[in-house]
Amino acid sequence: MNIYVCIKQVPDTETKIKLNADSSWIDTAGVKWIMSPFDEFAVEEALRLKEKNPGSTVTVLSAGPARVIDSIRTALAMGCDSGVHVEIAETADNNLAAKALAGALKKEAHVDIVFSGKEAIDDGAAQTSQLIAEYVGIPYVTVALNAEYGSTVKVKREIEGGAFELFEAPMPLLIAAQKGMNEPRYAKLPEIMKAKKKEVKLLKMADVGVSETDQKIRYRNLQLPPPKQAGKKIAGDPATQAKELVRLLHEEAKVV
Amino acid sequence: MAKVFVIAEHRDGRLKKATFELLGASAAAGNETHAILLGEGVAGLATELGHNGAQTVHVVENAALKFYTSEAYSKVIVEILKKHTPDVVLASHTPTGRDLMPCVAARMNVGLASDCTQLAFEGAKIKVRRPVYSGKATAEVEFLASGPQMATVRPNALGVPKADSARIASVVAETGNFAGLLTQVTDVVKGSSARPDVTEASIVVSGGRSMKSAENFKILEELADILGAAVGASRAAVDSGYRPHRDQVGQTGKVVSPLLYIACGISGAIQHLAGMRTSKTIVAINQDPDAPIFQVADYGVVADLFAVVPALKDEFKKLKDH
Repeated sequence: MNIYVCIKQVPDTETKIKLNADSSWIDTAGVKWIMSPFDEFAVEEALRLKEKNPGSTVTVLSAGPARVIDSIRTALAMGCDSGVHVEIAETADNNLAAKALAGALKKEAHVDIVFSGKEAIDDGAAQTSQLIAEYVGIPYVTVALNAEYGSTVKVKREIEGGAFELFEAPMPLLIAAQKGMNEPRYAKLPEIMKAKKKEVKLLKMADVGVSETDQKIRYRNLQLPPPKQAGKKIAGDPATQAKELVRLLHEEAKVV
Repeated sequence: MAKVFVIAEHRDGRLKKATFELLGASAAAGNETHAILLGEGVAGLATELGHNGAQTVHVVENAALKFYTSEAYSKVIVEILKKHTPDVVLASHTPTGRDLMPCVAARMNVGLASDCTQLAFEGAKIKVRRPVYSGKATAEVEFLASGPQMATVRPNALGVPKADSARIASVVAETGNFAGLLTQVTDVVKGSSARPDVTEASIVVSGGRSMKSAENFKILEELADILGAAVGASRAAVDSGYRPHRDQVGQTGKVVSPLLYIACGISGAIQHLAGMRTSKTIVAINQDPDAPIFQVADYGVVADLFAVVPALKDEFKKLKDH
């Protein structure tokens, strides 16, 4: 089975976001970069599928600037066999990134299944997975909680209010993982050493048939949230506090 | 004035209030406002779409649309959009909208601004802003492609309009081609909880590590049920096994924007604040007066949550019964 997993490198969740000089992007100086947490579930799912199907390979793909090689190596250390890095600008939008990754996938001889995270925690747009599938020309299912792989693939997809859709489609398809789909493994030291020697193919935009015109949206005028004014502290014993809080919510904030 | 198409969303025979938010915002700006309504046995919902601002409702009814699939829905929607050439296409950033709209945008050869929290109409165009880095910053979205401007909007971001039963939409029956579909949704399994989803609720009551156990969340559930609220949780509470991941609010969980967010025993890690700081009113109940959650709280209660929450429940009950 030819298994693929698409990942994105993002700032660590603890990052304090600062803006660049013209507020067109964040200031990336000093940012610690990690694999987007939802992608770890995608990598793990790909590896488990490989382990159940001897002879399979898992290829990890990522689009972004030179730094994303570190996250590709992380996935290789978890157990992926080889990597593909498609070099695109930091500021590329979901459409360009997806088209670049789809272009890389279409260069492969045969794709059985593609995994990804249900969204990346940087722009949180939740678009790239669906767009990769669209440009490769395969069905997709997002926010997957588990999948059974048989003659068709049956996926439990999380929707609102704790409900699930029971989705079914034949391979090839793309599955975008939700947190909790599995328990991602930690890379062990020997694997980390081995990962350094695994092959990572570097592709440029022209190699995968994309250009600047594939960028459909652009961010501008970024703003940090205005500092909040100090709130009211409500004093007294618990009964008094509760009473006063309900009064303020009703009369002042008018939200209940 | 813009020609605006809104993708209407419904579940269990009821329209989502997030759909009304989009229709209301479009109608209030004086736009030519259309709704697209897909499903099986749903045509009756067109009336309510009209009351909430749709002038025309485009309906497709088919067994293949009984349950949402991106494949069938995107196919039908793209056909309708290509036929009617709107200026603006809007959907809600719900589990359905977020799954569906990137694919629709790609087929229209345009970009999509997803999860917008601000939306304004300017002539035939829209101006939108969306949170990035889970709300640690926001960005205006510039549309670079020619063609309809498309956006998904976060539920609760615009506010629900006042329905007017004098407004009647004209209904247009559209058709779709459902041959050769590869995917299907065989069933939708309901959640065990009758409470609203954290992302759609007007009020969210959330608990953190200080809840100390899964059982202790019962006091938050009781409070939530009086308010018709959802119950949320911090990553610490979810990682401790007190709540399922679907309830997690924060950068690696869900980003919420309710009218009222009540944080109980949540210290306010940066990744949690990212997920709830756009809430209209924030209440923090925490024993530690230095907890970072108080920096974003409109109302702070420094106290033992196990004493305050039950008292709060009684006070809200009095208010409701009043």
